[in-house]
Amino acid sequence: MHDEFKLLSGAMVTLALATSALVVLPFMQLKDVQAPKGLKPYTSAQLRGREVYIKNGCIYCHSQQPRDKAQAPDDQRGWGRAPVAGDYYYDKPHLLGTMRTGPDLFNIGARQPSQDWHLGHLFQPRAYTPGSIMPSYPFLFEAKDKADPGERVVTLPPGYNPPGKIVVATQEVLDLVTYLQGMDHTYPVFETLEGNKK
Amino acid sequence: MNTVTILLSSFILSITGLFIFIWSLRKRLFDNTAAAAYVIFSDGEIGRGEEPAATAAQLEGMRQQVPGQASAVLTAAQETTLARELEERVEADRSTAFVSFVFLSCAVVWLVVGSLAGLTSSIKLHQPDSLVQQAWLTFGRIRTIHLNIVAYGWAPMASFGIANWLLPRLLKTPLVGGRYAIFGCMLWNAGLIAGVGCIAAGISDGMEWLEMPWQVDILIVIGGALMGLPLVYTLQARKVDHLYVSVWYMGAALFWFPILFFIAKLPALHFGVEQATMNWWYGHNVLGLFYTPMALASVYYFLPKIIGRPVQSYNLSLLGFWTLAFFYGQVGGHHLVGGPVPAWLITLSIVQSIMMIVPVISFSINQHLTMRGYFSKLIYSPTLRFLVLGGMMYTLSSLEGTFEALRSVSTVAHFTHFTVAHAHLGLYGFFTMVMFGAIYFVMPRVMSWEWPYPSLIAVHFWLVIIGFAIYFVGLSIGGWLQGMAMLDASKPFIDSVNVTIPFLKSRTVGGSLMTLGHLVFAGHFIAMALRYGPARTGAALLHTGVTASATDQLAGA
Repeated sequence: MHDEFKLLSGAMVTLALATSALVVLPFMQLKDVQAPKGLKPYTSAQLRGREVYIKNGCIYCHSQQPRDKAQAPDDQRGWGRAPVAGDYYYDKPHLLGTMRTGPDLFNIGARQPSQDWHLGHLFQPRAYTPGSIMPSYPFLFEAKDKADPGERVVTLPPGYNPPGKIVVATQEVLDLVTYLQGMDHTYPVFETLEGNKK
Repeated sequence: MNTVTILLSSFILSITGLFIFIWSLRKRLFDNTAAAAYVIFSDGEIGRGEEPAATAAQLEGMRQQVPGQASAVLTAAQETTLARELEERVEADRSTAFVSFVFLSCAVVWLVVGSLAGLTSSIKLHQPDSLVQQAWLTFGRIRTIHLNIVAYGWAPMASFGIANWLLPRLLKTPLVGGRYAIFGCMLWNAGLIAGVGCIAAGISDGMEWLEMPWQVDILIVIGGALMGLPLVYTLQARKVDHLYVSVWYMGAALFWFPILFFIAKLPALHFGVEQATMNWWYGHNVLGLFYTPMALASVYYFLPKIIGRPVQSYNLSLLGFWTLAFFYGQVGGHHLVGGPVPAWLITLSIVQSIMMIVPVISFSINQHLTMRGYFSKLIYSPTLRFLVLGGMMYTLSSLEGTFEALRSVSTVAHFTHFTVAHAHLGLYGFFTMVMFGAIYFVMPRVMSWEWPYPSLIAVHFWLVIIGFAIYFVGLSIGGWLQGMAMLDASKPFIDSVNVTIPFLKSRTVGGSLMTLGHLVFAGHFIAMALRYGPARTGAALLHTGVTASATDQLAGA
């Protein structure tokens, strides 16, 4: 049983090292990080919207982590300053993302505050950005003959309404847009914040 | 955590490493004899390859001696011993037949479903208005379904099918506890079906590689633990002195994976940026500490077996194992280069990514030296083609990964399709190719039936090779151009999208060929399971002119 012992103990030691480096140490280093003063907790509508973001997999094309000026011109694209750990204080699960098939959304609320734009863009991205390869999300909307009281009618550029119908937003997409509008991390943070680049 | 603490901990780490190294030398971790390399062969078997997937004509070709090939002429007594040992091996194979068949059948089903989901996602990236009416078909969900089916369906089912089949051959004892594996397999698949259903319905834990809700994952954890039990039981019943290197890889992987998955899935523990580092600790380790060792274990067994020659340097294979175990675990942070994570962590991961050159080169050199002089066998052995090609893709993908981790390269490649191409080089070019080869080897033994239409193996091979070449080359170029466009602030963002369109289309072409290849493979698999094709004439275990008479006695085994 000697070989088995070597194998198992060796395998566990190496995994323990990796786990302490990539999970335990960051846990200890970051657990006392506080939210920056300018960052507000999510409202319940925003949290619901965040769920819509997660369930439709927005993260697979959109990151939420602009890179530093020194590395990439992300700030010149209006994506904002490089984030610090505290910016993600309220994020559970994290939605940092690893793809930029579409632009970074860390500051999409500051860059594009209009609810009209977001709703229309989610209904048909190509009505606003020619050449966009973002999917359209017709299942988050309803095409109707006329709106019921209290329903949000989506204003679309000419030619994008289904023939003879109007488009109204579901609660899901309204929540999603509320979340996107709230994505604003333009407040200042101090470089001394724990967890920032050392 | 300040600089002093970091320096101190790295100091302690190095000292610990040094002690482990000294201890390992004392404990013969590196054998100076290569006896273990011969464990997988019976006496007198060297020089006689085993290739169950080959036709009679191909076997004729395999029998051609290459320069320097050992061709011991055995005495009658030795021939009898060999024949007896081979019969025991047939016995061992029989103990795994049902277990392997169940796992591999599941694997094939998941492979086909996973490919279709992947192909759908690929089409949607250049036809964004196709199939948009149903929520479950939206890109963000169907892409995730593709990943989860491949990562938790095809890959583990194939791995476990092969591992369960290999264990008795490596330990020279029948498989013990196979029904636990069957039960575990059922639980696992139930969990996976539920998990994929959840993703389709929009219930997701939200982290890449870990989308399936943790409640469903309990099934997978229990199933996975049950699936690992035969390893423990069979190890206890082993009849060999040395553990062959494949056992090291498989044994470690089967213990690593449950721990990774369990820690990653602990609900309500991880937070914010820490969750991101954990996410990529998991995401990269599931590749490095589960799929990679499983595939390497297969190469280390099948390759020497087919050409009838022990692995060139057994020590090099052990060095590869320990360096992989040590370095691979810590590379995950390179997925967050430029992100809001502690800088020391990124640096650590980049350094370990560079160090990954050590295990990769030791494997590549070993494979090359073992194959040297025997490359002509590739012409005749359908199995060997997949395995050797897969091994080469391992070298390529791992070296590419090393360079991708460098800050300067990551600046371009990160956030682009370049990474997607790289991921497929590892999980498809390497892992999946090796598994194809292993399945072609194993199934004739499992079913006691030859592959009914050998030409389909060649069709499968060329479809997936050409398909994958188109996929990989195109997407890598497209991804790189995308990254360059994104770094040029004078260009609008949409330029970085437009530049990828032709390459996204070429990916669909390549992906279609790959999917077609999988359908051919699956059809062939089913035909074999239903015992189509010419009736089996003999169960020749080894192929060499000398033993033809001895192995004919095993006909019908």
